[in-house]
Amino acid sequence: MRPPVRLRVEPITCHAHGICQELLPELIRLDEWGYPIVDDRPVPAALLASARAAVRSCPSLALRLD
Amino acid sequence: MDVVSATPGETRNDLTADAATPTPYRMRLLAGWADTGTTADLVEHHRRYVPLPLAAFAGRGGPARLIGLVERSGLRGRGGGGFPTARKLAAVAAGRGPRTVVANGCDGDPAGAKDRVLMELAPHLVIDGILLAAHAVGAADAVLCVHEDSSAIPVLAAALRERGATRTAIRIVEVPRRYVASEETALVSVLDRGDARPRGRFPRPTERGVRGRPTLVDNVETLAHLALVARHGDAWFRAAGTDDSPGTTLVTVGGAVNDPGVYEIELGTPIGTILQAAGGPFVPVQAVLLGGLGGTWLGPEAVTMPLSHAGCRTAGAALGIAAVIALPAAACGIAETARVLRFLADESAGQCGPCMFGLPAIADDMDEIVRLPDRAGRVAARLRTRLGVIPGRGACAHPDGAVRLAASALHVFADDVAGHAEVGRCRWVGQPSWMPVPVSAGQQR
Repeated sequence: MRPPVRLRVEPITCHAHGICQELLPELIRLDEWGYPIVDDRPVPAALLASARAAVRSCPSLALRLD
Repeated sequence: MDVVSATPGETRNDLTADAATPTPYRMRLLAGWADTGTTADLVEHHRRYVPLPLAAFAGRGGPARLIGLVERSGLRGRGGGGFPTARKLAAVAAGRGPRTVVANGCDGDPAGAKDRVLMELAPHLVIDGILLAAHAVGAADAVLCVHEDSSAIPVLAAALRERGATRTAIRIVEVPRRYVASEETALVSVLDRGDARPRGRFPRPTERGVRGRPTLVDNVETLAHLALVARHGDAWFRAAGTDDSPGTTLVTVGGAVNDPGVYEIELGTPIGTILQAAGGPFVPVQAVLLGGLGGTWLGPEAVTMPLSHAGCRTAGAALGIAAVIALPAAACGIAETARVLRFLADESAGQCGPCMFGLPAIADDMDEIVRLPDRAGRVAARLRTRLGVIPGRGACAHPDGAVRLAASALHVFADDVAGHAEVGRCRWVGQPSWMPVPVSAGQQR
C-alpha cells in the first residue's frame, strides 16, 4: 500500500490565483482574501487524480503533494 | 527567591545604582554582575566562571560527549521555541560538509531585552557558548547576529578583540530592527542575500542554512547556558528549575511594576514571585501578557502559575521569550491588544497572504470593538472566524503569535468585549500604552 499523501501550500509562493480550489473544491476552500485553506488529512484515493491536476495547474507552483 | 537583576533600556544610571546595593544571591548567567555593575572583561569572566573547558571535549569523541552532556542537562532553547538544544546540535553535527553556527542576540520581540542585557554584562559567556557549539557541531565559522545600532555591539566587539584569534572565527552581523527579521530562516536569508524575511519552514536551517550548509541557529542565552553546562555538568544544571524546564532563565518584566528590567529566575518560579522580584506591581494588576507581544494574556490567577514550559502549557499559554508584562486594573486590555495587533500587522514581512491580509483584518476588528458599539456581536463574531482560519498558514509563526494574542484577549477580557459592545468608544483610546510598541498615527484619534 502506498503511504498517504497530503496537500501542502507554500505560503510565500502562493499568490491566490484560486485555480486549485476550482479543480479540487472537495479538499480546498478559499479564505476571504482568496488564499487556499487545504484539508490536511490524507488525500482520498478517489481524489488523487484531481489533486495532481490541481498541483500541475498552480501558476506559481505553490501547491504540492507530499 | 534568588534573583539578580539588570535594568534594560538606556537607564545605565539605574543599573549602577542597583549595583551599589549588595545582594546575597548569586544566580548563573548574571552571576557577579551586581558586584561591579559593568561588563565582565576576560579577566573578570575567568574569575567568575573559570576558563572555558574545551580540553575536556577534545579528541575524537569530544563533540559527541559534549552533545551527550547537553542532552542529559535537558537544556531547551531560550529564543522562544523551547526546542531541546542537544537535538538541534546533533542534527547539525550529523550534516555533511562545512557547518555554521548563528548566534541570535536580536531580542526580536520588543517585550524582551534579555539578549542585549546578557551580551552587555557577560559577553564572554556568550562567546564561550558559541565556541562550544561550534566545536560540538564541527562548524568552520560562526556569526553573532544583533540588531543594528544595538548598544551591545561595541561591547561584543571589544570582547572579541580581547579574545584574539579564537578556534572558530566569530563575526558580528547587524540585522534590521524588524519583528520577523530575527526569525531563524530570516537570519539565514539576511546572511545569504541581505533579505531579512523568513523563508519558510522547510528545509530547516539544521539541514540547509547559511550558504546551503547545515546551520545551528541558537539564541545567545541558550549558548550562555551551554557554556555553563560544559563547565559544571548536567546535574548542576538540573539543580535549578523543573524536570521539563531545567535551569534558570532570563525574564524581561515590564508594565506596572516598580523595577522593570531583566531578571534571572529559576524556571518554575510562579509569575507572582517574578513580579515581586521586579519590585512588585505599583497598582492592582488585572492581567499579564506572557511570552512577548505574540504571547498569551492571562488573568489574575496567573500569579500562581509556574513559569515553565509545562506550567505554560497547562494554562493554555506558551513560554515564548519569557517576558511578562503586568497590565493595571485601570487600563483596557482590549485597547492595548488592538495597539499591539496593529504593530504586529505592520511588522508582517508581507509575503504570505494569511499574514499580510489577515493581520490587518484582525487588527481592524479589534479596533472596531474598541471604538464602536457592536450590540449584535457582528464584529466579535467576524474576528473569531478570522482567528480560526489564520494560524499555521504562514511561512513563519508570526501570524500564529498575533492570533494567540487576540484569542487570549477575547477570553481574558471577555467582560470588556461585552462592555464595549454596549457603549462603543473606549475611554482608554488615546491614553498612554503599557505595551512596548510605538503608537502609530492612526491610533491617536
